[in-house]
Amino acid sequence: MSDARVIETHQLTKRFGQFAAVEALDLNVRAQQITGFLGRNGAGKSTTIKMLLGMTHPTSGTGSLLGKAIDDPKENREARRNVAYVGEDKQLYPYFTVEELIRFTRSFYADWRPEVAQRLLGDYELPPKRKVRALSKGMRTKLALLLALSRKPELLILDEPSEGLDPVAIEELLQRLVGAASEGTTIFFSSHQIAEVERIADRVCIIDHGMLVEDFSLDELQQDYRRVTLGFATSAPVDEFRMPGIRRVHRADRQLSVLVRGNADAVAAHGRSMNAVSVDVVPISLREVFLESVRSES
Amino acid sequence: MLFSLNPAAGTPVYLQLMQQVRHAVETGVLRQGDLLPGIRTLAQELVVSHNTVAKAYSELQHEGLLELRHGSGAYISARRNSRSNEEKLRLAQQRVRRLVESLQEDGLSEEAISRLFEAELFYAGPPAPGTG
Repeated sequence: MSDARVIETHQLTKRFGQFAAVEALDLNVRAQQITGFLGRNGAGKSTTIKMLLGMTHPTSGTGSLLGKAIDDPKENREARRNVAYVGEDKQLYPYFTVEELIRFTRSFYADWRPEVAQRLLGDYELPPKRKVRALSKGMRTKLALLLALSRKPELLILDEPSEGLDPVAIEELLQRLVGAASEGTTIFFSSHQIAEVERIADRVCIIDHGMLVEDFSLDELQQDYRRVTLGFATSAPVDEFRMPGIRRVHRADRQLSVLVRGNADAVAAHGRSMNAVSVDVVPISLREVFLESVRSES
Repeated sequence: MLFSLNPAAGTPVYLQLMQQVRHAVETGVLRQGDLLPGIRTLAQELVVSHNTVAKAYSELQHEGLLELRHGSGAYISARRNSRSNEEKLRLAQQRVRRLVESLQEDGLSEEAISRLFEAELFYAGPPAPGTG
């Protein structure tokens, strides 16, 4: 794995009037990895991606794509020669047939690999003479993926790729992404499907209300993040738990639930020293970390 | 080789992969010379990042359990088997240490602990065939 940054943003902000869709975002996406970009609907995922791709201008802050500034149209265009994007349906021209669209797209890219396009056409079972508008949602996603992967892009950005796909199609999509990543394509995909991200991502960035709230590798999540549940015979001393590694503490009557990063043993020991009558340390899933990280609308 | 991976189990997935390969070798499910799928193939089969598989394979290779041959996959290596007894003893020692420590924490004396072990071995009899 490399440390090179394929996507980097610094205090990236996008406001629509008073509303901040993206707020002071500091994103760092490393090469040769699969990074999942998790967030609720309306958290700012799509807006972030649009800014990265030069489709919308940041209000303030900076960003770079493959080392090239995103708010400089010329540089951004250069970067995008090596970046493929699978986003909403609008990307595909509805009146073309599948094979017309493939021919049309390949004319833009010198690094197009016709043998890959051919193979994927077969694997995905896409009917070459059918018009794009007549394709099912799953097929359109596959077509978009075919167009992206035939280029062997350095970076593949996907915006909610599994939206509307059935479980079998999702499984196939994830396999394709894993395959592309193993061939050297860096993958950055936004999703609110936690299970998918948990399976294939090397790293996860969680965005909430336009801000980055978590950024960790899956190994770190599985190894270091724990939930320590402490039970007390008297009222739970919630204020006594301010130690390094503690991410969140909740109190429920005589119990404390502590979300810890890396310090579970010390927190458990501290609980015992505060006379906890029960101490429970368990792993925590990505879903739980996500739910804890994103606050409610109020 | 069938794997059973759980991303919410509190153990990094690459470690789970390694543990399952080791266990398969220890129990004879995987034998010397057996071929495991290449990194990319296994990653797609399991639908996990190739980095996860690569890390597991690399660590297993480091341990001498796996031999990676470019282009033809990953072979279970013979070198490992001669070390397996050593490894078993080392792991057993760790387990015994942890157990002894926790018994001592409970207030048992060394004498009492020793007597407990002796009694257990005396009454338990020889191990069942196929184990130990």
